[in-house]
Amino acid sequence: MDETEVRRTPSVIDRYFTRWYKTDLKGKPCEDHCILQHSNRICVITLAESHPLLQNGKAIESINYQISAGCSRLQNKVSGKSKRGGQFLTELAPLCRIKNSDGEEYTVYSCVRGRLLEVNEDILTRPNLLLEKPSAEGYIAVLLPKFEESKSITDTLLTRAEYEDILLKRSAVKVDQ
Amino acid sequence: MLPLKDKDRPIAVALLGAGCCPRCILRFCCVSLQSAYRQPHEDILFELQRFIHEKVADESHGATEEVPADSPPCKKVRLEAEQGGEVHEGGEDISVVEGKSKICVVCLGVLQDFCDKDFAKKVAEAVTSEKYEFDSLVLSVSLPAQLSVREHSAWLLIKTEVRQKGLCLGKDDVIQVKEAFKWILQSLLSQQLGVPVVSKSPLEVSVGFTHPETDGDCHFLAAACSGCFKPAKNKLSVFTRMAVAKALERISEESFRRKFTCPPWLPATKCTVQEVQCLHAPVFVAGRYNKFSRTLPQTPWVIDGERRMESSVEELITSPLIASFQAEGFNFSSSGREDVDVRTLGNGRPFAVELLNPRRARFSPAEVRKIQEAINKSSDKIRVRDLQIVTRDAVGHMKEGEEEKTKSYSALIWTHKAIEEQDLEFINDIKDLGIAQKTPLRVLHRRPLAVRQRVIHTMATRFRDDHHFYLQLRTQAGTYIKEFVHGDFGRTKPSLGDLMKTETDILELDVEVGMCWLFYSICLLPLYISSSKWPTLVPLYLAISHFLFALYVSPSHFLFALYVSPSHFLFALYVSPSHFLFALYVSPSHFLFALYVSPSHFLFALYVSPSHFLFPV
Repeated sequence: MDETEVRRTPSVIDRYFTRWYKTDLKGKPCEDHCILQHSNRICVITLAESHPLLQNGKAIESINYQISAGCSRLQNKVSGKSKRGGQFLTELAPLCRIKNSDGEEYTVYSCVRGRLLEVNEDILTRPNLLLEKPSAEGYIAVLLPKFEESKSITDTLLTRAEYEDILLKRSAVKVDQ
Repeated sequence: MLPLKDKDRPIAVALLGAGCCPRCILRFCCVSLQSAYRQPHEDILFELQRFIHEKVADESHGATEEVPADSPPCKKVRLEAEQGGEVHEGGEDISVVEGKSKICVVCLGVLQDFCDKDFAKKVAEAVTSEKYEFDSLVLSVSLPAQLSVREHSAWLLIKTEVRQKGLCLGKDDVIQVKEAFKWILQSLLSQQLGVPVVSKSPLEVSVGFTHPETDGDCHFLAAACSGCFKPAKNKLSVFTRMAVAKALERISEESFRRKFTCPPWLPATKCTVQEVQCLHAPVFVAGRYNKFSRTLPQTPWVIDGERRMESSVEELITSPLIASFQAEGFNFSSSGREDVDVRTLGNGRPFAVELLNPRRARFSPAEVRKIQEAINKSSDKIRVRDLQIVTRDAVGHMKEGEEEKTKSYSALIWTHKAIEEQDLEFINDIKDLGIAQKTPLRVLHRRPLAVRQRVIHTMATRFRDDHHFYLQLRTQAGTYIKEFVHGDFGRTKPSLGDLMKTETDILELDVEVGMCWLFYSICLLPLYISSSKWPTLVPLYLAISHFLFALYVSPSHFLFALYVSPSHFLFALYVSPSHFLFALYVSPSHFLFALYVSPSHFLFALYVSPSHFLFPV
């Protein structure tokens, strides 16, 4: 960490993406997601830094894209420019289920409506990516919202500033306790 | 005098009675003498009648004829009724009186009212008003489809007549309306405009006719011959000329006659002429461009009607071209393209512009150079070189090159961890690194999701400071350089960051378009033979991607080098009038020599080292 250069220029994510957040998914405390929205409307779903899986250095036991008996996100196949065949997901559609070494299981959700383009298969072989680089190589999935909905999908999401506010509130509550 | 024969008489009489105009009668008599049609139609009518009455006159003199005994008097009566005039015996003094000028039932007036100087003048005026620069033109005529139906009807009518005489008349022998019309109008138009009217010319003048009154004539064919008519994509008309012609070929005489009168019925109006359309063949202009700005897109960047970036490479190049050539539109294409924030250095990227419907098409090399200067003066963001007028094939060749070439880039890299010069050395040794790139996220919205295997041929580094260095790369065409550097969320493997085991980012990128791809069409340089001992390199342009170089080494020896592809040269050493020594350069240390000894013998020798030749027998 001592070797890091304080960035003078914006990173790739800063240049091309806008960070949006969804907190406490399905009412579960701190299960926060970060959605990286590209200027071309493609969304990359990642775990927010406050997600429990990324706390306390616990190892990842397993990642499962089979979310139900008949549906595996790994079977998602798109073809052609219009990405035909990709599963269309709603905000609360599950992407995968992740278990850590303590046996705790968490579900990662889509957070935006759109066509599923790909899920990250690298984290299946290298789960550490999720812990080391959750907002880049450890991404969960890539979605393409409908053209007409590309602006409205962020209506229900929080901006970075709003997210940081929530984090502050949480730590205030902790202090009080 | 009209070149008509006796056998034509019954045809002429029948058609005249049916309501055909004189020129149509000539057509059915298979008169191919163009000057006959060019006469004013009153004269043709006069001659026709004289021709008809000759027969009648001969009849009255009792000459033997093939015509059945009872027909001449009937026809004579019919003629009198038609003309409302008197016909004198003896063939003299035939007064030509045409009651009211009726519209021809076959050509619908095309060969009647549109064959005079006035009409040619109107067309000529329409052409000159468009202000084209031209020295020839091609005339294209479009006639309503129902003319074929009427033609068919008239043909069936005279077929009977002719059959009775024991003669035959093929439909193909009849002169087409379009042909006869062109014979007349082309020469008139040529006189008006002072240029020849030819069969192939860059300028096409289109004259179209319509006749709404008789559009319904074709409809019965749809029922009779439904196979020929496909449902129209545009609701305009399913009765195209081709479809109608096909249906007429198939339909039987009885079916035709049941639905359509023979001879055709007389309409009240004549054809209307549509606005004369002029179209000049496109001109192709090609060259190479450099882009020096990092805020200039290649094509106009407009989102939701709002322009996001000022100007574009395309607009900067094409605006002066459109102005000089006075074109209506353009198609811009280039051999590949670069991002907004990437500069194009080196020789420049080849491009071609198709200028549509130019009013001016011929420019001297000096004038083209002036246009190039105008483009270069208009902005410092781009520069154009080798601007020249080319043919359509040039565009295809340019696109061909896109996939095959290797590309050279120069980038400024940022590293997360601090580096020293020796940390970069290993990069210089990497050769032909294979990488797998998933479609980058930044283009994934408009490209299919796929994995691309690409090769990074060579890299060279230049240290700048502990977090920056310059990287030069030579890669396979189609490699995404930015993604190779920053890894694109791990979707390009291996990335530069993977190789250096740190996070890397790209701050600047320049593309250098290669030297080995030459796009020229230079004029043939004269081979200068002098007594000087210095070798003179003379490039002889053979084709877009082939150059023949002739290295003059001595008064009787030339070393020819034929450039065939980026890494192969075929050398031919001319040793004497009947012997050539060919050398095919295959790799940096091997030459394959072939000594041409006679038309069917080559002696091959593989040069393997400075002192050894390997000869296969």
